[in-house]
Amino acid sequence: MIWAEVLVGSAACYLLKLAGLSLPQHLLEDARIQRTVPLIPVALLAALVATQTFSTGQHLVLDVRAAALGVALIAVLLRAPFLVVVAAAAATAALLRLL
Amino acid sequence: MIRDALGIAVATGAYALSFGAIAATSGLTLLQVAALSALMFTGASQFALVGVIGAGGSVWAGAATAALLGSRNALYGLRLSALLNVRGLRRLAAAHFVIDETTAMAIGRDSGREGRLAFWATGVALFTLWNLGTLIGALATHALPDPKVLGFDAAPPAAFLALLAPRLRAREPLAVALAAGVIALVCLPFVPAGIPLLIVAVLVAGFGFWKRPK
Repeated sequence: MIWAEVLVGSAACYLLKLAGLSLPQHLLEDARIQRTVPLIPVALLAALVATQTFSTGQHLVLDVRAAALGVALIAVLLRAPFLVVVAAAAATAALLRLL
Repeated sequence: MIRDALGIAVATGAYALSFGAIAATSGLTLLQVAALSALMFTGASQFALVGVIGAGGSVWAGAATAALLGSRNALYGLRLSALLNVRGLRRLAAAHFVIDETTAMAIGRDSGREGRLAFWATGVALFTLWNLGTLIGALATHALPDPKVLGFDAAPPAAFLALLAPRLRAREPLAVALAAGVIALVCLPFVPAGIPLLIVAVLVAGFGFWKRPK
């Protein structure tokens, strides 16, 4: 099933890119589309941050990942590069598990 | 332009390494990780797909989330279509490169010629680095013993936060982000894994369509 998700997801992403280059301009220039589309990644990324930090499967949990996210937030506020943000979070979780 | 391009190239390499590492710990084979970077080639969608699969999301939730995150590329394509003015096979090739970074590099150049050059140069360079970096990250991670001991399960949320932060420079997106996080957690115990993301996507689309224009 992972292959199916990889291939179908990739095809969908490609068709969206192609649609932007190909569809008549007025379809995508609609004010509601221009307002809505930029909010979709904001909402989805925020939902991903929340669910992947505070849950395991269908259970809400509070564990070392919350502390790791706190460290990542500090790194983001300090405008650290992407890799540093991710590595700082992983290192925090690893260290707290050692304690 | 060269200095901008080098800066983006270095950042992309590091970004690709972290993607490869996270993807490899999410249960994807090396070939699947490589295929994803070659075929999808849009960072946030790829992170979302492997994140949802890694968290045990329902079938298709990962692909659906990836596609929803890729919707912004359609708007980039719209902004680029007059500048690039490509048809036929060249359009099919150009479409693959329509992402955040190439759009940022191509828009706002002094001339159309310079904009097109920036688009194609950034596209080819990023595609190369992104696939190379992904492969190195995934290979290195496959060689590690237990990813959880190394805190790799805490890496995806940090990656999503780093992708989210530059989009929060105004009050409305910040409010949308906070609401989305809370709503996703409230739904989570009651629906299969991955579905809270789709609920949030439907709600935000409704909000965008029906709120009163400023």
